[in-house]
Amino acid sequence: MFEDVRDLYNAAILERGRRPRHMGKLEAFDTTAKGDNPMCGDRVTVWLKFAPDGTIGQTGFDARGCEISKASADLMVEAVQGRAPADTKAMFERFRTMAQSGECPSCAEFEPLKPLAAVHAYPSRVKCAALPWHALVAALDGAANATSES
Amino acid sequence: MNDAIQSFDLKSIRAQFPILGEKIRGKDLVFLDSAASAQKPRAVIDAMVHAMERQYANIHRGLHWMSERTTEAYEMARDASARLLNANDRSEIVFVRNSTEAVNLLAHSYGRSIMKPGQAVLISGMEHHSNIVPWQMLRDSHGIELRVAPITDPGELDMAGTEALLADGKVGLVAITHMSNVLGTYTPAERLAALAHQYGAKIFFDGSQAVVHRRVDVQALGADFYCFTGHKLYGPTGIGVLWGRRELLDAMPPFLGGGDMISSVSYERSTWADVPHKFEAGTPAIIEGIGLNAAIEFIESIGYPAIAAHEAALTDHALAKMSAIEGITVIGRAQDRGGVISFTLDRAHAHDVATLLDRQGIAVRAGQHCAEPLMRRFGLDSTARASFGIYTTHEEIDALADTLGRIREFFA
Repeated sequence: MFEDVRDLYNAAILERGRRPRHMGKLEAFDTTAKGDNPMCGDRVTVWLKFAPDGTIGQTGFDARGCEISKASADLMVEAVQGRAPADTKAMFERFRTMAQSGECPSCAEFEPLKPLAAVHAYPSRVKCAALPWHALVAALDGAANATSES
Repeated sequence: MNDAIQSFDLKSIRAQFPILGEKIRGKDLVFLDSAASAQKPRAVIDAMVHAMERQYANIHRGLHWMSERTTEAYEMARDASARLLNANDRSEIVFVRNSTEAVNLLAHSYGRSIMKPGQAVLISGMEHHSNIVPWQMLRDSHGIELRVAPITDPGELDMAGTEALLADGKVGLVAITHMSNVLGTYTPAERLAALAHQYGAKIFFDGSQAVVHRRVDVQALGADFYCFTGHKLYGPTGIGVLWGRRELLDAMPPFLGGGDMISSVSYERSTWADVPHKFEAGTPAIIEGIGLNAAIEFIESIGYPAIAAHEAALTDHALAKMSAIEGITVIGRAQDRGGVISFTLDRAHAHDVATLLDRQGIAVRAGQHCAEPLMRRFGLDSTARASFGIYTTHEEIDALADTLGRIREFFA
């Protein structure tokens, strides 16, 4: 019955949504922020610890929400590992392009995020995929809160 | 089958809603989101188009044929609204944009002039944000206490807890839903009105959901204020009604200032028009008013006994079907309830449920339903919600139940 949703609800998303590998608060962290979508009730908190060279050393998250937001958060953790803050923010912009259009601007870098590419065919769910990224960028910017509902 | 159900010709009713013939990704539309906004019958669409094509001008001011005819058509909505609520007089019907504006009007006008700092407003634990936030704003600007009547686990109002909050006599206004947009619960309006009056409070009901499903008689209920919105009642967006008892409206100052609400204006002072125009500043929603009149006439042509019987049968059927699905939890089990059913599925989040239902052409709402404190009360961050209308069929509910079972398997 649901073969037509397998593009988004693929094995990787279902696996990550149900058993996220990186979910959990960091005991020691340098910055944190909360992403909140009050209309739908999703909430993602992100914790970051920087490596000595200023790149992202470790990321933890806690998510209350749908499979898409949790899977997106889990994949994001791997995608941003070792990236400088400016590079991470630039990646977020490219991620938004992918989430809205399905096109990945530099596909090699997006390999880990590819399971989410089909979200563009579900316009009301793009904000679910984007919420963890909004929280991550808020943490990098030193802002406490973010939303992807606008 | 009783007479009410026999006289209810579902097929001919559905035929009056053009949108129900639409296909969603090749599948029949199963629209189970009427509590958010209902679909529109041909009569409403035609009335609005007719006004724009054949009979339109600004109202209440033109001295020409078009303005006079348009004023008459628009004012018919006031008569229709007075009939709908059994208001004592048509002047008690104040047009607003929606229920949210009705509550804001009341909080701003009644709350800031008739109520005094130190008094309290009593709401309930199952309110829509629109009946919470305006009172918080009043609390913060005007020193009015905000109290919240507790609800029980089955999703009914805790009447003993409600009375306890009224007992000190400080509550000046009870502002409460007549039917929860999340739980489907009807509040015991007559008992509440009697209780409020016993302790010296006035009572306002948010009838946004209730008036769609059952006959409302504001005089029989003993209400002081009542509101509803057109778009949930098969009418257009942008028009709603605040009803208030005439002597209460007379005592209240205007909400917005401008044209249409004045008696005379000079630079020194202005005087106000009589109710209801005192509360209706600016050019109103003319086309929408004409649409609302058509919507109320549509409801009247079917009649509340038939509507209520059809929807009660649907609700019983839906609760039975959904209770039979493993992993489904229905939120709210009130004795007196209507066709709004919130639920969770153990294996999937409400958004994922809604997306998969949508792929089968089934439209439900998922999220917090503008009732975040109520969600917290039940320890939830979101639910899916199926809500029924006059056009909903048993087969549509079967399709919902069948698909929910399959969604559970999908997430196994």
